[in-house]
Amino acid sequence: MATEHSKSAARIMIAPAVFLLLVWMLIPLCMTLYFSFADYRPMRGVFDAWIGFDNYVRFVSSSSFLSSVGTTLWMVGGILAITITGGILLALLLDQPMFGQGIVRILVIAPFFVMPTVSALVWKNMFFNVDNGLFSYFYKFFGMQPYDFLSQSPLLSIVIIVAWQWLPFATLIMLTAVQSLSSEQLEAAEIDGAPPLARFWYIILPHLSRAITVVILIQTIFLLSIFAEIFVTTNGAFGTRTLTYLVYQRVLESQNIGLGSAGGIVAVILANIIAIFLMRIVGKNIDN
Amino acid sequence: MARAISPRKKLMWTALAWGFGLLIFFPILWTFLTSFKAESTAISDPPVWFFFDWTVQNYHDVLERSNYPLALMNSIIIAVGSTLLGIVIAVPAAWAMAFVPGDRTKDVLLWMLSTKMLPAVGVLYPLVLIAKYFGVMDSRLLLVVVLMLINLPIIVWMLYTYFREIPGEILEASRMDGASLKNEILYVLTPMALPGIASTILLNVILAWNEAFWTILLTTVDAAPLTKFIASFSAPEGLFYAKLSAASIMAIAPILIMGWFSQKQLVRGLTFGAVK
Amino acid sequence: MGRITLEKVQKKFGEVEVIPPLDLTIEDGEFVVFVGPSGCGKSTLLRLIAGLEDVTGGEIRIDGQPATNLPPAKRGLAMVFQSYALYPHMSVRKNIAFPLKMANMPVEEQNRRIETAAKALNLTDYLDRRPGQLSGGQRQRVAIGRAIVREPSAFLFDEPLSNLDAALRVGMRLEISELHKKLETTMIYVTHDQVEAMTMADKIVVLRAGHIEQVGTPLELYHTPRNLFVAGFIGSPKMNIIGGETAARHDAMHIGIRPEHMEIVESGGTFVGKVGVAEHLGSDTFFHVHLAEMDEPMTVRATGEVGLRYGDTIHLTPQADKIHRFDKKGLRIA
Repeated sequence: MATEHSKSAARIMIAPAVFLLLVWMLIPLCMTLYFSFADYRPMRGVFDAWIGFDNYVRFVSSSSFLSSVGTTLWMVGGILAITITGGILLALLLDQPMFGQGIVRILVIAPFFVMPTVSALVWKNMFFNVDNGLFSYFYKFFGMQPYDFLSQSPLLSIVIIVAWQWLPFATLIMLTAVQSLSSEQLEAAEIDGAPPLARFWYIILPHLSRAITVVILIQTIFLLSIFAEIFVTTNGAFGTRTLTYLVYQRVLESQNIGLGSAGGIVAVILANIIAIFLMRIVGKNIDN
Repeated sequence: MARAISPRKKLMWTALAWGFGLLIFFPILWTFLTSFKAESTAISDPPVWFFFDWTVQNYHDVLERSNYPLALMNSIIIAVGSTLLGIVIAVPAAWAMAFVPGDRTKDVLLWMLSTKMLPAVGVLYPLVLIAKYFGVMDSRLLLVVVLMLINLPIIVWMLYTYFREIPGEILEASRMDGASLKNEILYVLTPMALPGIASTILLNVILAWNEAFWTILLTTVDAAPLTKFIASFSAPEGLFYAKLSAASIMAIAPILIMGWFSQKQLVRGLTFGAVK
Repeated sequence: MGRITLEKVQKKFGEVEVIPPLDLTIEDGEFVVFVGPSGCGKSTLLRLIAGLEDVTGGEIRIDGQPATNLPPAKRGLAMVFQSYALYPHMSVRKNIAFPLKMANMPVEEQNRRIETAAKALNLTDYLDRRPGQLSGGQRQRVAIGRAIVREPSAFLFDEPLSNLDAALRVGMRLEISELHKKLETTMIYVTHDQVEAMTMADKIVVLRAGHIEQVGTPLELYHTPRNLFVAGFIGSPKMNIIGGETAARHDAMHIGIRPEHMEIVESGGTFVGKVGVAEHLGSDTFFHVHLAEMDEPMTVRATGEVGLRYGDTIHLTPQADKIHRFDKKGLRIA
């Protein structure tokens, strides 16, 4: 239903939201863009308004950039692997008939609602800590040398922490998708003599493919901006410096604004590429 | 499925599910238990599970000797404030998109969602600069505005999906009944959409409470919410596990409880409808 | 008080012209029915009158005053929606009171009108219930009540009976007609059911693809349909249309004869055919007869019980003065 009246009313109603988000998008982003073409190091009093693409070249060709991209890929990849496989398995499990399913769901969902700083510190101190952590205790119980997670496998440690936090999200999505699969398809397959593994591989998994894609895209976007967990555990040391963290350090720690801004723009471009894919899927759904 | 399942199988699944459930929940459980231990008990070797002298001393210490109460107040104000501000801006926008759709409605919606995908580091320095310029660095106002902006896409999206479930004819009837736009939204739309609005508020308060980038980097002391407060435990001296646990439990308990009620909203709000 | 005129009213959705420029006058107090197949634009036309959609061209006048650019609230009309569109979170009383509240009417006056409407519609016992607790027919009445209390210049009904079961529909039809006689207010009623149209209307507007095919009283449309479409649309079962040589003999491209105007004769009938399916309603019997002259079976009505069975030969003669003639454009030949 649309009359001129309602159409003009609609335009006014939508304006504040659009305006605010536009400003939020444009102004800081343009400023970052501006700085990325400048040499600006306030701590050293350096300011040269235009140095062309030097910052970009420096940023992208530095060894830290390459290693940060690698770190980011390993981190995001590792978390995705754990959460998606774990999510599918947990979803299949939760779909089975059992007692107290509601409570199990609550237990499984809980980690998602724990704030990142809390979960990082709890894992760092009470589980990973080589002297007093629970894992060390288990190692000693089995007569082995305790493993210093944070020093020896810092990347893995962070992957575990963040995967623990995001597993519920993946599980919930997968569970929603699993439950939307009509049981008739599975029953037909069973009657046709397909064993459980085949039923999983040929019917369940393809049905989940859409959900898996969505989880991958959404999680990737959020995982690219992992910050707090790194901040409170390793502060980016020992090979845990992701692209996001690298940019943060350049901007706020070493205060090389120009370089950091260039890095920020690079991060924005990369994130946009992923966002385009996600938006296409979302866009198709809005039409329904 | 209408088939009967053997009780043995059901028990097997139950055991398996509870096993994994407790495994996943364990860190939270362990933190809860540790918060009631004396510091020396907290790091005892072997670790104690249930049978120790339970004490609430840690909670006292955290509440009295640290900035916890301030941090809690900040978290509440920032989370609730940013969400409510977002609702006020989002309700009209969602109304427009749900009930007066145009050719470009879908594009606007997608664009709004895409702003959430912007990496925060891309705008970190400008925001610090702007905050310092306006003298609002380390202020609750700054964080309310920033968190409102980053959650606005989700709030608009969720309200949009809830509004779409309301039959348009009822709003048309109110127009025929002489309701102005303001009255239409106030007396007809909002009461009908109340559950949806409540769900949206719930999820977004949770997201704002747990936000751990801007809340850490834009605050120092005055406006530091619980995320930053806990972060300050990351390089402490001396024994502190039990206190950390107490502080953690106090920081996460309200959200855990809210979270348990908001599973469906989570799926709706964070998958943008891509999964039904 | 409720005279509505449409001059050259046109509606386009984007590039698609749903209603080409159209003229129509609705007199004060008339019960006008817009009828036609799905997609003919009848609901759109109603919504244009209501103000829920903007016209692309043309003028709408209510009681001589221009209303084309007025929002719905200011047109003084009331609408009953197909789904009733009741406010689910309000009691029946509050539902009916809503328009009065929007008009800032004093509370005593509001209550007075509500009581009157409730009594007229048998809703007094349900005033404190919510729509969810009511049956379909009761919800209907609440929707009507909400429209009545506004004392509008005209009532607009958008297929109000489609959601009711058949028995309820007949009863509500009568109630609405009674209401019209009592209130004497203009009513514009949209339906796809020609039985509703025939039984309720003072004037019927037959629409097809946005065009007005004919405007007239029910009996006018029955006796003198202007074209093939109206002839086939009005009257149930449908009029039989015959072309070819039979029509040529009457100087027409097609002739039409209603099932009830065919006589079954012993022998020597104009048409001879084989009896196909027969429908026995007790009061009438409808035969579907296979003829050489028609591709589809001809429908014939006989009163009471007739002893013809499947496969029997049957002789038919039409009543001479009830034969309708149509030219090659499908228009009626006088």
